[in-house]
Amino acid sequence: MVSSSAPEHRRLCPQPPNPRVARPRSTHSRLTSPRPHGQVILGALPPASSGLILSAPHQQDKEYVGFAALPNQLHRKSVKKGFDFTLMVAGESGLGKSTLINSLFLTNLYEDRQLPETSARLTQTMTIERRGVEIEEGGIKVKLTLVDTPGFGDSVDCSDCWLPAVRFIEEQFEQYLRDESGLNRKNIQDSRVHCCLYFISPFGRGLRPLDVAFLRAVHEKVNIIPVIGKADALMPKETQALKQKIREQLKEEEINIYQFPDCDSDEDEDFKRQDAEMKESIPFAVVGSCEVVRDGGTRPVRGRRYSWGTVEVENPHHCDFLNLRRMLVQTHLQDLKEVTHDLLYEGYRARCLQSLARPGARDRASRSKLSRQSATEIPLPMLPLAETEKLIREKDEELRRMQEMLEKMQAQMQQSQTQGEQSEAL
Amino acid sequence: MSKGLPEARTDAAMSELVPEPRPKPAVPMKPVSINSSLLGYIGIDTIIEQMRKKTMKTGFDFNIMVVGQSGLGKSTLVNTLFKSQVSRKASSWNREEKIPKTVEIKAIGHVIEEGGVKMKLTVIDTPGFGDQINNENCWEPIEKYINEQYEKFLKEEVNIARKKRIPDTRVHCCLYFISPTGHSLRPLDLEFMRHLSKVVNIIPVIAKADTMTLEEKSEFKQRVRKELEVNGIEFYPQKEFDEDLEDKTENDKIRQESMPFAVVGSDKEYQVNGKRVLGRKTPWGIIEVENLNHCEFALLRDFVIRTHLQDLKEVTHNIHYETYRAKRLNDNGGLPPGEGLLGTVLPPVPATPCPTAE
Repeated sequence: MVSSSAPEHRRLCPQPPNPRVARPRSTHSRLTSPRPHGQVILGALPPASSGLILSAPHQQDKEYVGFAALPNQLHRKSVKKGFDFTLMVAGESGLGKSTLINSLFLTNLYEDRQLPETSARLTQTMTIERRGVEIEEGGIKVKLTLVDTPGFGDSVDCSDCWLPAVRFIEEQFEQYLRDESGLNRKNIQDSRVHCCLYFISPFGRGLRPLDVAFLRAVHEKVNIIPVIGKADALMPKETQALKQKIREQLKEEEINIYQFPDCDSDEDEDFKRQDAEMKESIPFAVVGSCEVVRDGGTRPVRGRRYSWGTVEVENPHHCDFLNLRRMLVQTHLQDLKEVTHDLLYEGYRARCLQSLARPGARDRASRSKLSRQSATEIPLPMLPLAETEKLIREKDEELRRMQEMLEKMQAQMQQSQTQGEQSEAL
Repeated sequence: MSKGLPEARTDAAMSELVPEPRPKPAVPMKPVSINSSLLGYIGIDTIIEQMRKKTMKTGFDFNIMVVGQSGLGKSTLVNTLFKSQVSRKASSWNREEKIPKTVEIKAIGHVIEEGGVKMKLTVIDTPGFGDQINNENCWEPIEKYINEQYEKFLKEEVNIARKKRIPDTRVHCCLYFISPTGHSLRPLDLEFMRHLSKVVNIIPVIAKADTMTLEEKSEFKQRVRKELEVNGIEFYPQKEFDEDLEDKTENDKIRQESMPFAVVGSDKEYQVNGKRVLGRKTPWGIIEVENLNHCEFALLRDFVIRTHLQDLKEVTHNIHYETYRAKRLNDNGGLPPGEGLLGTVLPPVPATPCPTAE
């Protein structure tokens, strides 16, 4: 990301930048005051009225170069292009996933949902459903794709029921790899899964065997954020104990969840404390609701009304909904995309190409069930349409070139190794 | 007080081997009922007192089984029902406890006394049920256990030198805990109840009901009732065993409105309005376990303990046990297990789960 230091350098350009355009800071946008509900800000852009770094125009005439305006250009470009984000939600049915998504993004994505009857679910296998919605706020458009996994953990025998999800994630990587190695790279559609919210039941005692199996299957392929659904089933002490147990289990099973990045050392103490508190509350214990409850005189809040009281969704003492929303939507949306691209996708790509580079990889049986398609066949499977045959041939050419390069590099390495040994022997 | 054998349960093919239904006592005509208070006091109404005294001396036993996924509050509920620590909670967070790989059956007995009446209570826990990834046939160990208890009782009954009071280890009541998803029953719930509703009295219970608002609760209950009806699953109190109109109306009301009971259990006390109540304290309020506005625990307790305890035992003895006995006698060619013709001892047929007549 672009550095965020104030422009103390030489300013040569006589034309000062427009002071009204907000300057984007680092990904950790500081929320000094609690924002009113409607102003969810995606990405890291404080509203234009605050955060003016550049002083009045007349002071910069002489020494202004102008590259300090680079962030603005970046920002303007991405605003025009829009952001896209793919979020997967997984977990047993009945844990409040759909309600939470509706609460998080203030939409009604599940209006036409039909809940199947139990007898229908006896033989149901897990399917993958995609829903898309475009959310616009403050001039910024976000194209949100939601990947749902109905049928997970439903049937009596749930062995391997997580495989469709893993296959789906890998297919998106495959698609991106194909597009990236192709010719027309201008309009790559990024359909990779950027984040997976995994819902853990509050009624159990930590992670169940099914949870562990799913998380182990996907943790190297997608950013996982564990979440405890329907957290109003728990008293505060029970919540703490459950979170502790889950954290221990995650460590024991060596499951890598998404690590929220540490804040910069130059942030103030207050922010650091806030950040530490938020990290401590993982997994987030959330309650979702789209109903507004008028609690006798006080302002209306979103919540669930019981005979013994009302749970307020946005009350930090009641649940971690605010924390989740802050960390997922307000501060780390971009970071999730980056980690997906830099870490997870690159890992997939490296594994893919390595299997391609090794001689005889095509004949060898697949090393793992899930990468069978990439190991035995051509790693970039044929496009279905016949008219792109030419593109296929061109891509094959590229692949061969890459392969030759790799082999050359390997040969070089071996040569230098033997040379080194020879020189030692002498 | 005996109920006739339910003919509907036996296969048509075996009808000739089924022991004849017990003939009704031959009464020539309906006896003329005399209101004794008109003629003077006889004293037959003291029989109730005599029975009560006898029961107090001998005490009685009650065996209750709890089935459900781990973490649904089974042990807490049983402790709350009997107001004592009868079930060891596996929920202490400090202890390292592993989910067992197969369903285990753990029976723990306690003697509770109240008002001079002694009850020998046995709580049968089933850890490991529904917790694995593959839960196929996880109800089989439970079915096997129940049939083993019937077998034990049968062997005692068939003995020449019988004990005066046969120890009763048969499961009188099975509380099945449904997870409060708010959607519908899980496939595993359906499968379990389908297999076991013909073998034992099942009382479905919605666990941890403090996660549902009033509307969600009633919708969920309706959906559960409908699903059970559509799938032909009869939970206790079963319709076919209502003896008279009074029973029927009472049980109908319970069946169609209250069940399955949505309960909350707790063993902690809090101060509410100057009283100490059992409950759960959350930042948004205190859930009182015995408050009917909050949850239906009081209804469940009254139902199981205060009104239908004896009926549970009777249905188990007269219906479920008799069904098992009939099947075993049929399997053995009409002979009781143990002693055959000519004094040879037949090996008893192993207690495999009897195929239930669908």
